[in-house]
Amino acid sequence: MQKTILAKTGNEAMALAMKQINPDVVAAYPITPATEIVQIFSQYVADGEVKTEFVAVESEHSAMSACIGSCAAGARTMTGTSSQGLALMYEMIYIAAGLRLPIVMADVNRALAAPINIHCDHSDTMGCRDAGWIHIFSENAQEAYDSMIQAMRIAEHRDVRLPVMVTTDGFIISHGMERIDTLPDAEVQSFIGKYDPMMHLLDIKKPYTVGAINLTDYYFEHRRAMVDAQNNALKVIKEVGAEFGKKFDTNYGLIEKYQLDDAELAIVALGSTCGTAKVVIDKLRKQGVKAGLLKIRVFRPFPAEEIARALENIQTVAVLDRSDSIGGFGGPVFTEVRSALYGSAKKPRIAGVIYGLGGREIDMEQIEGLFMDLKAGQVKADSVSYLGVRD
Amino acid sequence: MIEIRWHGRGGQGAKTAALLLADAALSAGKYVQAFPEYGPERMGAPVQSFNRIDEQPILMHCPVKSPKVVVVLDPTLMASVNVTAGLGPDGMLIINTGLDAVEIKKSVKFDGKIFTVDASKISEETIGKNIPNTPMLAALVKITGVLDFKSMMEDTEKKLAKKFAHRPEVIEGNIQSMKRAAEEVKSA
Repeated sequence: MQKTILAKTGNEAMALAMKQINPDVVAAYPITPATEIVQIFSQYVADGEVKTEFVAVESEHSAMSACIGSCAAGARTMTGTSSQGLALMYEMIYIAAGLRLPIVMADVNRALAAPINIHCDHSDTMGCRDAGWIHIFSENAQEAYDSMIQAMRIAEHRDVRLPVMVTTDGFIISHGMERIDTLPDAEVQSFIGKYDPMMHLLDIKKPYTVGAINLTDYYFEHRRAMVDAQNNALKVIKEVGAEFGKKFDTNYGLIEKYQLDDAELAIVALGSTCGTAKVVIDKLRKQGVKAGLLKIRVFRPFPAEEIARALENIQTVAVLDRSDSIGGFGGPVFTEVRSALYGSAKKPRIAGVIYGLGGREIDMEQIEGLFMDLKAGQVKADSVSYLGVRD
Repeated sequence: MIEIRWHGRGGQGAKTAALLLADAALSAGKYVQAFPEYGPERMGAPVQSFNRIDEQPILMHCPVKSPKVVVVLDPTLMASVNVTAGLGPDGMLIINTGLDAVEIKKSVKFDGKIFTVDASKISEETIGKNIPNTPMLAALVKITGVLDFKSMMEDTEKKLAKKFAHRPEVIEGNIQSMKRAAEEVKSA
Protein backbone atom coordinates (compact mmCIF):
# COMPACT_ATOMS: atom_id res chain seq x y z
CA MET A 1 0.00 0.00 0.00
CA GLN A 2 1.47 3.25 -1.19
CA LYS A 3 1.32 6.18 1.22
CA THR A 4 1.59 9.71 -0.13
CA ILE A 5 4.01 11.99 1.69
CA LEU A 6 2.70 15.55 1.94
CA ALA A 7 3.58 18.77 3.74
CA LYS A 8 0.41 19.68 5.64
CA THR A 9 -0.63 21.87 8.53
CA GLY A 10 -2.64 20.22 11.30
CA ASN A 11 -5.80 21.83 9.98
CA GLU A 12 -5.11 20.65 6.43
CA ALA A 13 -4.39 17.14 7.73
CA MET A 14 -7.68 17.02 9.64
CA ALA A 15 -9.63 18.37 6.66
CA LEU A 16 -8.02 15.75 4.43
CA ALA A 17 -9.01 13.00 6.86
CA MET A 18 -12.59 14.32 6.78
CA LYS A 19 -12.53 14.30 2.98
CA GLN A 20 -11.36 10.70 2.90
CA ILE A 21 -13.97 9.71 5.49
CA ASN A 22 -16.53 11.41 3.23
CA PRO A 23 -19.23 11.81 5.89
CA ASP A 24 -22.91 12.20 5.03
CA VAL A 25 -23.25 15.50 6.89
CA VAL A 26 -20.94 18.24 8.18
CA ALA A 27 -22.50 21.16 10.05
CA ALA A 28 -20.06 23.78 11.24
CA TYR A 29 -19.35 27.41 12.00
CA PRO A 30 -15.91 29.01 11.57
CA ILE A 31 -13.70 29.98 14.51
CA THR A 32 -9.97 30.70 14.84
CA PRO A 33 -7.81 28.60 14.77
CA ALA A 34 -10.11 25.84 13.48
CA THR A 35 -11.66 27.83 10.62
CA GLU A 36 -9.44 26.28 7.95
CA ILE A 37 -10.63 22.76 8.71
CA VAL A 38 -14.18 23.65 7.78
CA GLN A 39 -13.13 26.10 5.05
CA ILE A 40 -11.00 23.49 3.27
CA PHE A 41 -13.71 20.90 3.73
CA SER A 42 -16.38 23.20 2.29
CA GLN A 43 -14.14 23.59 -0.77
CA TYR A 44 -14.11 19.79 -1.16
CA VAL A 45 -17.91 19.94 -1.04
CA ALA A 46 -18.06 22.77 -3.59
CA ASP A 47 -15.68 20.91 -5.89
CA GLY A 48 -17.74 17.74 -5.68
CA GLU A 49 -14.89 15.76 -4.15
CA VAL A 50 -17.14 14.50 -1.35
CA LYS A 51 -20.81 13.62 -1.31
CA THR A 52 -21.33 15.39 2.03
CA GLU A 53 -24.30 17.60 2.77
CA PHE A 54 -22.62 20.72 4.19
CA VAL A 55 -24.79 22.72 6.56
CA ALA A 56 -23.54 26.27 7.08
CA VAL A 57 -25.15 27.30 10.34
CA GLU A 58 -25.34 30.58 12.24
CA SER A 59 -23.59 29.50 15.46
CA GLU A 60 -21.79 26.60 17.06
CA HIS A 61 -24.84 25.81 19.18
CA SER A 62 -26.69 25.31 15.90
CA ALA A 63 -23.77 23.38 14.45
CA MET A 64 -23.90 20.77 17.19
CA SER A 65 -27.72 20.78 17.12
CA ALA A 66 -27.67 20.06 13.37
CA CYS A 67 -25.07 17.33 13.95
CA ILE A 68 -27.29 15.74 16.61
CA GLY A 69 -30.27 15.79 14.26
CA SER A 70 -28.41 14.32 11.33
CA CYS A 71 -26.64 11.67 13.40
CA ALA A 72 -29.91 10.64 15.02
CA ALA A 73 -31.34 10.32 11.52
CA GLY A 74 -28.62 7.78 10.77
CA ALA A 75 -26.12 9.93 8.89
CA ARG A 76 -22.37 9.73 9.46
CA THR A 77 -21.75 13.19 10.89
CA MET A 78 -18.70 15.35 11.58
CA THR A 79 -17.87 18.90 12.64
CA GLY A 80 -14.98 21.07 13.80
CA THR A 81 -14.58 23.92 16.26
CA SER A 82 -12.43 25.55 18.92
CA SER A 83 -12.56 27.41 22.22
CA GLN A 84 -15.49 29.86 22.39
CA GLY A 85 -17.21 27.83 19.68
CA LEU A 86 -17.01 24.69 21.78
CA ALA A 87 -18.18 26.71 24.79
CA LEU A 88 -21.23 27.83 22.84
CA MET A 89 -21.94 24.17 21.96
CA TYR A 90 -21.75 23.12 25.59
CA GLU A 91 -25.47 22.42 26.10
CA MET A 92 -25.59 20.27 22.97
CA ILE A 93 -22.27 18.52 23.74
CA TYR A 94 -23.89 16.75 26.69
CA ILE A 95 -26.95 15.92 24.60
CA ALA A 96 -24.87 14.40 21.77
CA ALA A 97 -23.18 12.05 24.24
CA GLY A 98 -26.33 11.31 26.24
CA LEU A 99 -28.20 10.35 23.07
CA ARG A 100 -25.26 8.06 22.22
CA LEU A 101 -24.61 9.68 18.85
CA PRO A 102 -21.27 8.79 17.23
CA ILE A 103 -20.40 12.29 15.97
CA VAL A 104 -16.69 12.94 15.31
CA MET A 105 -15.48 16.46 15.98
CA ALA A 106 -12.12 18.07 15.31
CA ASP A 107 -11.33 20.63 18.00
CA VAL A 108 -8.32 22.90 17.84
CA ASN A 109 -7.40 23.55 21.46
CA ARG A 110 -7.50 27.26 22.28
CA ALA A 111 -7.75 29.23 25.50
CA LEU A 112 -11.09 30.47 26.75
CA ALA A 113 -11.84 34.16 27.27
CA ALA A 114 -11.51 36.36 29.26
CA PRO A 115 -9.04 37.88 28.60
CA ILE A 116 -9.67 37.13 24.95
CA ASN A 117 -6.91 35.00 23.47
CA ILE A 118 -6.59 32.90 20.32
CA HIS A 119 -3.64 30.70 21.31
CA CYS A 120 -3.28 27.18 22.60
CA ASP A 121 -4.24 25.77 25.89
CA HIS A 122 -6.47 22.83 26.72
CA SER A 123 -9.15 24.69 28.71
CA ASP A 124 -11.79 24.38 26.00
CA THR A 125 -11.97 20.60 25.69
CA MET A 126 -11.09 20.02 29.36
CA GLY A 127 -14.29 21.93 30.13
CA CYS A 128 -16.16 19.10 28.38
CA ARG A 129 -14.36 16.28 30.12
CA ASP A 130 -17.42 15.14 32.09
CA ALA A 131 -19.76 15.26 29.10
CA GLY A 132 -19.34 11.65 27.99
CA TRP A 133 -17.31 12.32 24.83
CA ILE A 134 -14.19 10.35 24.01
CA HIS A 135 -11.28 12.74 23.99
CA ILE A 136 -8.12 12.10 21.93
CA PHE A 137 -5.14 14.50 21.95
CA SER A 138 -2.63 14.70 19.07
CA GLU A 139 1.10 15.31 19.40
CA ASN A 140 1.46 16.39 15.77
CA ALA A 141 -0.33 16.65 12.42
CA GLN A 142 0.27 12.97 11.64
CA GLU A 143 -1.47 11.86 14.81
CA ALA A 144 -4.34 14.25 14.15
CA TYR A 145 -4.84 12.73 10.70
CA ASP A 146 -4.54 9.14 11.91
CA SER A 147 -6.76 9.72 14.95
CA MET A 148 -9.57 11.32 12.92
CA ILE A 149 -9.75 8.15 10.84
CA GLN A 150 -9.67 5.90 13.90
CA ALA A 151 -12.21 8.11 15.70
CA MET A 152 -14.93 7.20 13.23
CA ARG A 153 -14.48 3.50 13.97
CA ILE A 154 -14.31 4.05 17.72
CA ALA A 155 -17.41 6.27 17.83
CA GLU A 156 -19.55 3.93 15.73
CA HIS A 157 -18.45 0.70 17.47
CA ARG A 158 -21.54 -1.05 18.81
CA ASP A 159 -20.00 -1.38 22.29
CA VAL A 160 -19.23 2.34 22.41
CA ARG A 161 -21.65 4.55 20.43
CA LEU A 162 -20.31 7.79 21.85
CA PRO A 163 -19.12 10.98 20.17
CA VAL A 164 -15.37 11.52 19.82
CA MET A 165 -13.35 14.73 19.82
CA VAL A 166 -9.88 14.69 18.30
CA THR A 167 -7.81 17.73 19.22
CA THR A 168 -4.68 19.53 18.09
CA ASP A 169 -2.78 22.30 19.83
CA GLY A 170 -3.92 25.65 18.43
CA PHE A 171 -1.46 27.27 16.00
CA ILE A 172 1.41 25.05 17.18
CA ILE A 173 -0.07 22.10 15.28
CA SER A 174 -3.12 23.58 13.55
CA HIS A 175 -1.01 26.11 11.61
CA GLY A 176 2.37 24.39 11.63
CA MET A 177 3.26 22.61 8.41
CA GLU A 178 4.87 19.19 8.81
CA ARG A 179 5.58 16.10 6.81
CA ILE A 180 2.78 13.57 7.03
CA ASP A 181 2.11 10.22 5.44
CA THR A 182 -1.37 10.03 3.99
CA LEU A 183 -3.38 6.99 2.99
CA PRO A 184 -5.21 6.31 -0.27
CA ASP A 185 -8.92 7.21 -0.15
CA ALA A 186 -9.91 3.59 -0.72
CA GLU A 187 -7.82 2.40 2.25
CA VAL A 188 -9.49 4.95 4.54
CA GLN A 189 -12.91 3.90 3.29
CA SER A 190 -12.15 0.24 3.79
CA PHE A 191 -10.77 0.92 7.28
CA ILE A 192 -13.79 2.87 8.51
CA GLY A 193 -16.32 0.64 6.73
CA LYS A 194 -19.94 1.43 6.09
CA TYR A 195 -21.90 3.08 8.89
CA ASP A 196 -24.65 0.81 10.05
CA PRO A 197 -26.44 2.52 12.95
CA MET A 198 -28.17 0.31 15.53
CA MET A 199 -31.20 2.60 15.49
CA HIS A 200 -32.04 5.67 13.51
CA LEU A 201 -34.98 8.02 13.14
CA LEU A 202 -35.49 7.38 9.45
CA ASP A 203 -35.88 3.65 9.99
CA ILE A 204 -39.67 3.45 9.67
CA LYS A 205 -39.70 -0.28 10.43
CA LYS A 206 -38.25 0.34 13.89
CA PRO A 207 -39.61 3.70 15.05
CA TYR A 208 -38.18 5.05 18.28
CA THR A 209 -38.11 8.26 20.29
CA VAL A 210 -34.97 10.30 20.62
CA GLY A 211 -34.58 12.59 23.57
CA ALA A 212 -37.36 11.24 25.77
CA ILE A 213 -37.54 12.55 29.32
CA ASN A 214 -36.03 10.43 32.08
CA LEU A 215 -36.76 11.61 35.57
CA THR A 216 -35.98 9.75 38.77
CA ASP A 217 -37.00 6.52 37.06
CA TYR A 218 -34.32 5.98 34.36
CA TYR A 219 -31.94 8.95 34.09
CA PHE A 220 -29.41 7.33 36.41
CA GLU A 221 -29.40 4.06 34.46
CA HIS A 222 -28.82 5.85 31.17
CA ARG A 223 -25.92 7.84 32.61
CA ARG A 224 -24.52 4.61 34.12
CA ALA A 225 -24.73 2.99 30.68
CA MET A 226 -22.49 5.78 29.34
CA VAL A 227 -19.89 4.81 31.93
CA ASP A 228 -19.98 1.24 30.61
CA ALA A 229 -19.61 2.56 27.07
CA GLN A 230 -16.56 4.60 28.11
CA ASN A 231 -15.09 1.52 29.80
CA ASN A 232 -15.73 -0.50 26.64
CA ALA A 233 -13.99 2.23 24.68
CA LEU A 234 -10.72 1.52 26.56
CA LYS A 235 -10.62 -1.83 24.79
CA VAL A 236 -12.06 -0.64 21.47
CA ILE A 237 -9.59 2.24 21.13
CA LYS A 238 -6.69 -0.17 21.60
CA GLU A 239 -8.16 -2.67 19.13
CA VAL A 240 -8.75 0.00 16.50
CA GLY A 241 -5.28 1.45 17.14
CA ALA A 242 -3.68 -1.99 16.76
CA GLU A 243 -5.60 -2.70 13.55
CA PHE A 244 -4.52 0.68 12.21
CA GLY A 245 -0.94 -0.26 13.06
CA LYS A 246 -1.22 -3.63 11.38
CA LYS A 247 -2.56 -2.10 8.19
CA PHE A 248 -0.68 1.19 8.10
CA ASP A 249 2.44 0.56 10.25
CA THR A 250 1.79 2.98 13.13
CA ASN A 251 0.30 1.54 16.31
CA TYR A 252 -1.86 3.65 18.55
CA GLY A 253 -2.79 3.02 22.18
CA LEU A 254 -4.24 4.95 25.09
CA ILE A 255 -0.87 6.16 26.31
CA GLU A 256 2.66 6.27 24.92
CA LYS A 257 5.70 5.55 27.04
CA TYR A 258 8.93 7.23 25.99
CA GLN A 259 12.09 6.07 27.80
CA LEU A 260 9.82 5.38 30.73
CA ASP A 261 10.43 1.79 31.78
CA ASP A 262 13.72 2.43 33.58
CA ALA A 263 13.13 6.14 34.25
CA GLU A 264 13.73 7.65 37.66
CA LEU A 265 12.26 11.03 36.73
CA ALA A 266 9.26 11.45 34.51
CA ILE A 267 6.88 14.01 33.19
CA VAL A 268 3.32 13.41 32.07
CA ALA A 269 1.95 15.57 29.26
CA LEU A 270 -0.57 15.84 26.44
CA GLY A 271 -0.31 17.14 22.89
CA SER A 272 2.51 18.93 21.14
CA THR A 273 4.64 19.43 24.26
CA CYS A 274 5.31 15.68 24.25
CA GLY A 275 7.45 15.98 21.11
CA THR A 276 9.54 18.75 22.64
CA ALA A 277 9.91 16.69 25.82
CA LYS A 278 11.19 13.70 23.82
CA VAL A 279 14.05 15.78 22.42
CA VAL A 280 14.95 16.96 25.94
CA ILE A 281 14.82 13.38 27.24
CA ASP A 282 17.18 12.20 24.47
CA LYS A 283 19.65 14.88 25.54
CA LEU A 284 19.34 14.07 29.25
CA ARG A 285 19.71 10.34 28.61
CA LYS A 286 23.04 11.03 26.88
CA GLN A 287 24.11 12.80 30.06
CA GLY A 288 23.15 9.78 32.14
CA VAL A 289 19.93 11.25 33.56
CA LYS A 290 17.20 8.62 33.63
CA ALA A 291 14.41 10.81 32.31
CA GLY A 292 11.18 9.64 30.68
CA LEU A 293 7.80 10.73 29.39
CA LEU A 294 4.28 9.42 29.72
CA LYS A 295 2.15 10.83 26.94
CA ILE A 296 -1.58 10.57 27.49
CA ARG A 297 -3.20 10.25 24.08
CA VAL A 298 -6.67 9.38 25.28
CA PHE A 299 -7.94 11.48 28.18
CA ARG A 300 -11.51 10.11 28.01
CA PRO A 301 -11.90 7.27 28.74
CA PHE A 302 -9.17 7.94 31.31
CA PRO A 303 -6.76 4.96 31.22
CA ALA A 304 -6.22 4.99 35.00
CA GLU A 305 -4.86 1.45 35.32
CA GLU A 306 -2.37 1.77 32.48
CA ILE A 307 -1.18 5.09 33.82
CA ALA A 308 -0.74 3.73 37.35
CA ARG A 309 1.24 0.76 36.04
CA ALA A 310 3.41 3.01 33.89
CA LEU A 311 4.26 5.40 36.72
CA GLU A 312 4.19 3.44 39.97
CA ASN A 313 7.87 2.47 39.95
CA ILE A 314 9.19 5.91 39.10
CA GLN A 315 10.75 8.02 41.85
CA THR A 316 9.54 11.48 40.91
CA VAL A 317 6.84 12.59 38.49
CA ALA A 318 5.73 16.03 37.33
CA VAL A 319 2.32 16.20 35.67
CA LEU A 320 2.01 19.00 33.13
CA ASP A 321 -1.38 20.62 32.69
CA ARG A 322 -2.03 23.09 29.90
CA SER A 323 -5.24 24.16 31.62
CA ASP A 324 -6.10 24.98 35.20
CA SER A 325 -9.02 24.19 37.42
CA ILE A 326 -9.16 27.63 38.95
CA GLY A 327 -9.63 27.19 42.67
CA GLY A 328 -9.12 23.42 42.48
CA PHE A 329 -6.13 21.37 43.61
CA GLY A 330 -4.18 21.39 40.35
CA GLY A 331 -5.15 20.90 36.72
CA PRO A 332 -7.31 18.02 35.50
CA VAL A 333 -4.44 15.79 34.36
CA PHE A 334 -2.63 16.13 37.71
CA THR A 335 -5.67 15.37 39.85
CA GLU A 336 -6.62 12.32 37.80
CA VAL A 337 -3.10 10.91 37.46
CA ARG A 338 -2.49 11.37 41.19
CA SER A 339 -5.82 9.75 41.98
CA ALA A 340 -5.01 6.82 39.66
CA LEU A 341 -1.81 6.20 41.64
CA TYR A 342 -3.47 6.25 45.06
CA GLY A 343 -4.03 2.50 45.12
CA SER A 344 -0.51 1.57 44.01
CA ALA A 345 1.74 -0.09 46.57
CA LYS A 346 4.68 2.02 45.47
CA LYS A 347 3.92 5.60 44.66
CA PRO A 348 6.13 8.22 43.06
CA ARG A 349 6.65 11.64 44.51
CA ILE A 350 4.24 13.57 42.33
CA ALA A 351 3.67 17.24 41.65
CA GLY A 352 1.44 19.25 39.34
CA VAL A 353 2.80 21.88 36.97
CA ILE A 354 0.50 24.31 35.18
CA TYR A 355 2.09 25.76 32.02
CA GLY A 356 1.40 27.31 28.64
CA LEU A 357 -1.94 29.00 29.33
CA GLY A 358 -3.06 31.25 26.48
CA GLY A 359 -0.24 29.98 24.28
CA ARG A 360 2.61 30.93 26.65
CA GLU A 361 5.65 29.31 25.07
CA ILE A 362 7.21 26.17 26.49
CA ASP A 363 10.74 25.52 25.28
CA MET A 364 13.37 22.83 25.74
CA GLU A 365 15.27 24.81 28.37
CA GLN A 366 12.15 25.00 30.56
CA ILE A 367 11.49 21.27 30.27
CA GLU A 368 15.14 20.49 30.98
CA GLY A 369 14.99 22.85 33.95
CA LEU A 370 11.96 21.02 35.25
CA PHE A 371 13.78 17.67 35.02
CA MET A 372 16.77 19.22 36.83
CA ASP A 373 14.48 20.51 39.57
CA LEU A 374 12.93 17.04 39.89
CA LYS A 375 16.43 15.55 40.12
CA ALA A 376 17.55 18.02 42.77
CA GLY A 377 14.42 17.36 44.81
CA GLN A 378 13.35 20.94 44.36
CA VAL A 379 9.83 20.13 43.28
CA LYS A 380 7.70 19.70 46.38
CA ALA A 381 5.64 16.52 46.27
CA ASP A 382 1.86 16.91 46.29
CA SER A 383 2.12 20.54 45.34
CA VAL A 384 1.02 22.54 42.31
CA SER A 385 3.32 25.10 40.73
CA TYR A 386 3.24 27.36 37.68
CA LEU A 387 5.89 27.18 34.96
CA GLY A 388 6.70 30.20 32.82
CA VAL A 389 4.39 32.70 34.52
CA ARG A 390 5.41 36.10 35.87
CA ASP A 391 4.70 36.41 39.60
CA MET B 1 18.93 20.18 11.56
CA ILE B 2 18.84 23.70 10.18
CA GLU B 3 16.58 26.38 11.68
CA ILE B 4 15.57 29.48 9.71
CA ARG B 5 13.69 32.64 10.70
CA TRP B 6 11.94 34.93 8.22
CA HIS B 7 11.22 38.56 9.03
CA GLY B 8 8.72 40.51 6.98
CA ARG B 9 5.73 42.76 7.18
CA GLY B 10 2.17 41.46 7.10
CA GLY B 11 1.29 40.88 3.43
CA GLN B 12 4.87 40.46 2.17
CA GLY B 13 4.76 36.69 2.11
CA ALA B 14 6.99 35.68 5.01
CA LYS B 15 4.59 32.88 5.89
CA THR B 16 4.28 31.76 2.27
CA ALA B 17 8.07 31.75 1.88
CA ALA B 18 8.42 29.39 4.85
CA LEU B 19 5.69 27.13 3.46
CA LEU B 20 7.30 27.12 -0.01
CA LEU B 21 10.68 26.22 1.44
CA ALA B 22 9.14 23.42 3.49
CA ASP B 23 7.33 22.08 0.47
CA ALA B 24 10.51 22.16 -1.64
CA ALA B 25 12.49 20.47 1.14
CA LEU B 26 9.80 17.80 1.44
CA SER B 27 10.11 17.11 -2.29
CA ALA B 28 13.84 16.63 -1.69
CA GLY B 29 12.97 13.89 0.81
CA LYS B 30 13.58 15.85 4.00
CA TYR B 31 11.58 16.26 7.17
CA VAL B 32 10.21 19.77 7.54
CA GLN B 33 8.40 22.24 9.71
CA ALA B 34 7.08 25.65 8.67
CA PHE B 35 5.14 27.81 11.07
CA PRO B 36 4.30 31.48 11.43
CA GLU B 37 4.33 33.52 14.58
CA TYR B 38 0.74 34.52 15.14
CA GLY B 39 0.04 37.78 16.80
CA PRO B 40 -1.48 41.03 15.70
CA GLU B 41 -1.87 40.22 12.00
CA ARG B 42 -2.13 43.48 10.12
CA MET B 43 -0.89 44.57 6.74
CA GLY B 44 2.50 46.15 7.29
CA ALA B 45 3.04 44.99 10.88
CA PRO B 46 6.28 43.11 11.63
CA VAL B 47 5.76 39.35 11.31
CA GLN B 48 7.99 36.30 11.59
CA SER B 49 7.86 32.78 10.29
CA PHE B 50 10.10 29.79 10.85
CA ASN B 51 11.48 26.64 9.23
CA ARG B 52 13.13 23.52 10.52
CA ILE B 53 14.64 21.12 8.00
CA ASP B 54 16.26 17.81 8.91
CA GLU B 55 17.11 14.35 7.60
CA GLN B 56 15.40 12.87 10.68
CA PRO B 57 11.82 13.26 11.92
CA ILE B 58 11.46 16.57 13.79
CA LEU B 59 9.79 16.03 17.14
CA MET B 60 10.07 19.40 18.88
CA HIS B 61 7.20 21.88 18.78
CA CYS B 62 8.81 24.85 20.47
CA PRO B 63 9.77 28.23 19.06
CA VAL B 64 12.95 28.65 16.98
CA LYS B 65 15.21 30.71 19.21
CA SER B 66 18.70 30.21 17.76
CA PRO B 67 18.30 30.12 13.99
CA LYS B 68 21.22 29.39 11.69
CA VAL B 69 19.81 31.67 9.00
CA VAL B 70 17.73 34.84 9.20
CA VAL B 71 16.04 36.26 6.10
CA VAL B 72 14.83 39.86 6.14
CA LEU B 73 12.20 40.61 3.51
CA ASP B 74 11.97 44.31 4.40
CA PRO B 75 15.11 46.19 5.43
CA THR B 76 13.10 48.97 7.14
CA LEU B 77 12.23 46.40 9.82
CA MET B 78 15.80 46.51 11.03
CA ALA B 79 15.21 49.90 12.65
CA SER B 80 12.58 48.49 15.02
CA VAL B 81 13.09 44.69 15.15
CA ASN B 82 16.20 42.95 16.45
CA VAL B 83 16.58 40.67 13.43
CA THR B 84 19.83 39.12 14.67
CA ALA B 85 18.31 37.92 17.99
CA GLY B 86 19.64 34.44 18.74
CA LEU B 87 21.76 34.38 15.58
CA GLY B 88 25.20 33.03 16.45
CA PRO B 89 28.52 34.18 14.94
CA ASP B 90 28.39 31.19 12.57
CA GLY B 91 24.93 32.29 11.39
CA MET B 92 23.89 33.97 8.17
CA LEU B 93 21.83 37.09 7.65
CA ILE B 94 20.23 37.59 4.22
CA ILE B 95 18.64 40.97 3.56
CA ASN B 96 16.43 42.25 0.76
CA THR B 97 18.04 45.61 0.08
CA GLY B 98 19.58 47.67 -2.68
CA LEU B 99 22.42 48.59 -0.34
CA ASP B 100 25.76 46.88 -0.55
CA ALA B 101 26.45 44.17 2.03
CA VAL B 102 29.57 46.06 3.12
CA GLU B 103 27.42 49.14 3.84
CA ILE B 104 24.90 47.07 5.81
CA LYS B 105 27.66 45.47 7.84
CA LYS B 106 28.55 48.90 9.26
CA SER B 107 25.09 49.45 10.69
CA VAL B 108 24.25 45.92 11.91
CA LYS B 109 25.72 44.54 15.12
CA PHE B 110 26.45 41.09 13.78
CA ASP B 111 29.77 39.29 13.32
CA GLY B 112 28.54 36.50 11.06
CA LYS B 113 28.06 36.45 7.31
CA ILE B 114 25.79 39.06 5.76
CA PHE B 115 24.33 38.71 2.28
CA THR B 116 22.27 41.20 0.32
CA VAL B 117 20.11 41.02 -2.77
CA ASP B 118 17.66 43.58 -4.16
CA ALA B 119 14.73 41.18 -4.29
CA SER B 120 12.14 43.96 -4.44
CA LYS B 121 13.72 45.45 -7.56
CA ILE B 122 14.16 42.01 -9.11
CA SER B 123 10.54 41.07 -8.49
CA GLU B 124 9.29 44.40 -9.85
CA GLU B 125 11.32 43.85 -13.02
CA THR B 126 10.39 40.19 -13.50
CA ILE B 127 6.95 39.71 -11.93
CA GLY B 128 5.85 43.32 -12.18
CA LYS B 129 5.12 43.61 -8.46
CA ASN B 130 7.09 43.96 -5.24
CA ILE B 131 6.91 40.32 -4.14
CA PRO B 132 10.29 39.65 -2.57
CA ASN B 133 9.57 36.24 -1.02
CA THR B 134 10.26 33.91 -3.96
CA PRO B 135 13.55 35.60 -4.99
CA MET B 136 14.65 35.63 -1.34
CA LEU B 137 13.83 31.92 -1.12
CA ALA B 138 16.10 31.32 -4.13
CA ALA B 139 18.89 33.40 -2.59
CA LEU B 140 18.57 31.46 0.66
CA VAL B 141 18.79 28.06 -1.06
CA LYS B 142 21.71 29.20 -3.21
CA ILE B 143 23.75 30.52 -0.25
CA THR B 144 23.00 27.87 2.36
CA GLY B 145 22.87 24.84 0.09
CA VAL B 146 20.14 23.53 2.39
CA LEU B 147 18.61 22.09 -0.78
CA ASP B 148 20.05 21.38 -4.20
CA PHE B 149 19.38 24.62 -6.10
CA LYS B 150 18.70 23.02 -9.47
CA SER B 151 16.20 20.46 -8.18
CA MET B 152 14.52 23.11 -6.04
CA MET B 153 14.04 25.28 -9.12
CA GLU B 154 12.66 22.35 -11.15
CA ASP B 155 10.29 21.45 -8.35
CA THR B 156 9.12 25.06 -7.94
CA GLU B 157 8.53 25.39 -11.67
CA LYS B 158 6.37 22.27 -11.64
CA LYS B 159 4.32 23.57 -8.73
CA LEU B 160 3.88 27.01 -10.26
CA ALA B 161 2.87 25.44 -13.57
CA LYS B 162 0.14 23.54 -11.76
CA LYS B 163 -1.05 26.52 -9.74
CA PHE B 164 -0.92 29.16 -12.48
CA ALA B 165 -1.78 27.05 -15.54
CA HIS B 166 -3.98 29.86 -16.87
CA ARG B 167 -1.36 32.59 -16.19
CA PRO B 168 1.95 31.45 -17.73
CA GLU B 169 3.47 34.94 -17.30
CA VAL B 170 3.36 34.49 -13.53
CA ILE B 171 5.33 31.25 -13.79
CA GLU B 172 7.98 32.75 -16.04
CA GLY B 173 8.25 35.92 -13.92
CA ASN B 174 8.74 33.96 -10.71
CA ILE B 175 11.32 31.63 -12.22
CA GLN B 176 13.25 34.59 -13.65
CA SER B 177 13.12 36.43 -10.31
CA MET B 178 14.49 33.37 -8.52
CA LYS B 179 17.29 32.81 -11.03
CA ARG B 180 18.30 36.46 -10.88
CA ALA B 181 18.24 36.59 -7.08
CA ALA B 182 20.50 33.54 -6.92
CA GLU B 183 22.94 35.21 -9.33
CA GLU B 184 22.83 38.67 -7.79
CA VAL B 185 23.05 37.82 -4.08
CA LYS B 186 26.31 39.21 -2.65
CA SER B 187 28.22 38.79 0.58
CA ALA B 188 30.00 41.42 2.63
